[in-house]
Amino acid sequence: MTHATAEPAAAPDATAATPHLLDVRDLHVEFHTAEGLSKVINGVSYHLDPGETLAVLGESGSGKSVTAQAIMGILDTPPAVIRSGQILYQGRDLLTISEEARRQVRGKEIAMIFQDALSALNPVFPVGWQIAETLRVREGLSRADARRRAVELMELVKIPAARERISDYPHQFSGGMRQRVMIAMSLAMKPRVLIADEPTTALDVTVQAQIMDLLADLRRELNMGMILITHDLGVVADVADRIAVMYAGRIIEHADVRSLYKSPAHPYTKGLLESIPRMDVRGQKLATIKGLPPNLMDIPAGCPFHPRCPYAQQVCREVVPPEIPVGAPGRYSACHFAKEVHDGRLG
Amino acid sequence: MAASADTRTKVRGETILAVDNLVKHFPISQGILFRKTVGAVRAVDGVSFELRRGETLGVVGESGCGKSTLARLLMRLETPTSGRATLEGRDLFAARGGELRRLRRNMQMVMQDPYTSLNPRMTVGDIIGEPFEIHPEVAPKGQRQARVRELLDLVGLNPEHINRYPHQFSGGQRQRIGIARALALRPEIIVCDEPVSALDVSIQAQVVNLLEQLQDELGLSYIFIAHDLSVVRHIADRIAVMYLGKIVEIGTEDEIYERPTHPYTQALLSAVPVPDPELRGQREIIRLTGDVPSPANPPSGCRFRTRCWKAQEICAQQEPLLVPQAADPHPSACHFAEVDTRVNPG
Repeated sequence: MTHATAEPAAAPDATAATPHLLDVRDLHVEFHTAEGLSKVINGVSYHLDPGETLAVLGESGSGKSVTAQAIMGILDTPPAVIRSGQILYQGRDLLTISEEARRQVRGKEIAMIFQDALSALNPVFPVGWQIAETLRVREGLSRADARRRAVELMELVKIPAARERISDYPHQFSGGMRQRVMIAMSLAMKPRVLIADEPTTALDVTVQAQIMDLLADLRRELNMGMILITHDLGVVADVADRIAVMYAGRIIEHADVRSLYKSPAHPYTKGLLESIPRMDVRGQKLATIKGLPPNLMDIPAGCPFHPRCPYAQQVCREVVPPEIPVGAPGRYSACHFAKEVHDGRLG
Repeated sequence: MAASADTRTKVRGETILAVDNLVKHFPISQGILFRKTVGAVRAVDGVSFELRRGETLGVVGESGCGKSTLARLLMRLETPTSGRATLEGRDLFAARGGELRRLRRNMQMVMQDPYTSLNPRMTVGDIIGEPFEIHPEVAPKGQRQARVRELLDLVGLNPEHINRYPHQFSGGQRQRIGIARALALRPEIIVCDEPVSALDVSIQAQVVNLLEQLQDELGLSYIFIAHDLSVVRHIADRIAVMYLGKIVEIGTEDEIYERPTHPYTQALLSAVPVPDPELRGQREIIRLTGDVPSPANPPSGCRFRTRCWKAQEICAQQEPLLVPQAADPHPSACHFAEVDTRVNPG
């Protein structure tokens, strides 16, 4: 692993004076596979402050989950290799500290919930035991105390009749309740950062609404920073403060949620917003983004989106676009024509 | 006989498929030596609807509502417990042997998962051409290859890729292969079971547009099963909302989305996140509490009453019928059916 020692190229608004709670800087991750070298993360920078929700939006293979796994330190290495970059948590680089120190951060400071609660829970232990396990191991609580805390946590995530259900097994819970159990587990150590990786994708809409409400309430009560990884532009619009759109292992647009939906500054974001059917808009013809997401073993030269982009020019095929500031401070788009797209002066 | 379906004059809007009081109960059994039935999962419990020529009927509902079982029943992959269905006037469930084969030819299915629904050891040409083995009258042996190429072209794939294997295609392309296979026998009805749920957002629109284009060109009727209400609104002409094995409301796209009268439909619609942050906090969202009850032991009377904010005594005692309501003339199965101004102001 090599790490940039000097001040790396950080996001425009990252200042050294006020360190962010979590600050990912210029992260590069590769996967060495039998088929070849796959460049999964190609210079991702984002930051998170207490109490805010950052949505990381992208399609399969965009690198949104891999970035989260790198932050958590749960990337399988090999095949993954972190080439360069920093992950600063309260100013400390998680990539350079010892595995023991890392363990202290994982779960206790930064916790994560996953899409599929059924496979994330152990089927042969009661849920209460699984929630309490963390507390016994990490905080040295006695069985009885840990159990008491587990009931409290289950009540915190609004599982009805928590006291009676503490001895039930995961299969006895519905999908929504299992997701609540997982949230309870992740909150056991009172983390400052919660990474939610597609937390409601496997759930029905009415249950999704319940879980998103719960996460928003908990984030407010516990003043956590939340990274919401999703592909659903509807969910983002409902809960996030800021949004980072990922494509081919890069953040191609970063903005506060309102301005991004109002005037996207990257053709990919614009295409995504136009291609989703809207329930509140009738009779629209769906726009499509032509082609397919790139093969990460063979990312196109220049702008990775250029083969699919309706506005692509010669420069897009040759030069990787820099992060061009548009609109409000902190907002940027990695497109040569960011300002034109933002102002609607193209197409 | 086989040709009669093709030569008959086809009127758009006439009923092509009529389903009457369809029921499917899966028995729950207990015991190892002496198995006995102790109950039944009532997956589909009295569903009736009509599908018209050239239209898309959307079927929406949450997991466990019976929408996929309904699809499997119509495809005759499951045997119904009771009920009738007629396809162009012929009894779908009484058909046997050759007649069943002919009926099946006319109704094909597109599956949800483009990864597991294609045999990885078969080439695309073999996958799409396989239906001709069972129905050789559709394409004589010599013409099959040409017909498969035609189908590939129709769904927007390169006909040169006829000898490739499924793993060489992306998810969206695989779904196109599944659609080409469904079209091979020139069916009039295609049952699409969550055809775009497994696809990325930017690819979903491509497949939805393809389905619409094929419908226009070939005059197909679709039964479009999905849990994504936005996609369904986009593609469907009429929509049936299912809850615990029953249709609770059915109507045109406009009636269901603009003037729903069943509380479940209203809650379902209000829970769908709208991709517009300006509306945050302004939209009223009806929060349903709890989970869907077990279909093995559904609540008495109205099945939605355990989660319904309007529920009264009568809802536990009397099952509401799916009938036109005073609030709006489309059928809705609720004792207190009315348009909710929270969901559809004005």
